[in-house]
Amino acid sequence: MKAKVHITLKQGVLDPQGKAIGHALGALGFDGIEDVRQGKYIEIEIAETDADAARSKVEDMCRKLLANMVIENYTVDIADPAAG
Amino acid sequence: MKAAVIVFPGTNRERDIADALTLAVGAPPLRVWHGDADMPKVDLIVVPGGFAYGDYLRSGAMAAHSPIMREVVARAKQGVAVLGVCNGFQILTEAGLLPGVLMRNAALKFICRDVHLAVESSQTIFTNRYDAGQVIQVPVAHFDGNYFADDDTVARLEGEGRVAFRYCTPDGAVSSEGNPNGSIRNIAGIYNETKTILGMMPHPENAIRAAQGGEDGKGLFEGLTAALA
Repeated sequence: MKAKVHITLKQGVLDPQGKAIGHALGALGFDGIEDVRQGKYIEIEIAETDADAARSKVEDMCRKLLANMVIENYTVDIADPAAG
Repeated sequence: MKAAVIVFPGTNRERDIADALTLAVGAPPLRVWHGDADMPKVDLIVVPGGFAYGDYLRSGAMAAHSPIMREVVARAKQGVAVLGVCNGFQILTEAGLLPGVLMRNAALKFICRDVHLAVESSQTIFTNRYDAGQVIQVPVAHFDGNYFADDDTVARLEGEGRVAFRYCTPDGAVSSEGNPNGSIRNIAGIYNETKTILGMMPHPENAIRAAQGGEDGKGLFEGLTAALA
């Protein structure tokens, strides 16, 4: 089973890298950039057949290592192989 | 004072710390490899600077979960003094020994130069050789030194006198002008509740001889030696 994890900065936490990306996009001629926030995307293959069990395992991973809960939020999507 | 210096793959300031401790104590510290799950009884544990485990995921995140850090956390909770410098500070926050986080520098540049620090208090094992309000000059060398914590945590640090050093101008003004990396309230170093753990981004170990451009960092190691003898 595959878990897709997005790690994003919490609201209110400054994101200078996102700002720099926004400036660079503007410099490339992309108009109308209002805000850019950047983060991390992690895929985890996990030997688990139950989606709920997989989710709770990956959420535990997020709290213990993958995200720094002081500044980051996480979301976990469990890809269901049966749904293709 | 018996001291141990923790060495991870990617640590690169362990010799500098060992040099500073040798100068202050008169004998070299132990070096403890990250894979070791235990270490002899010591009075001080130092987590030095560098790029432990390549700083993968986040600075300090992987090192914080290594076997030796479980032992460091256990000793710290028993009251053993712990000093984390630069990457060591990042590791101590990731390990939960100190609150907050060190984010990417506000200007997105690696900063390697001397900075000025205002010493907040002289009443700790780390700062007893300094005066409260004294300005010292030591170098920084980091990409992720932008200290951040939520409002409640910052208020608690301030209220409990747990800010150890603040970035300032040469004449001691704690202003944005003297803040190299965007740290909240110009915070350069903080203590735990009992002030037995200090984490700081600047490198006092690289300001211990006149040939390095200054000796202002020496007092920290001499103060520790006096307090923990």
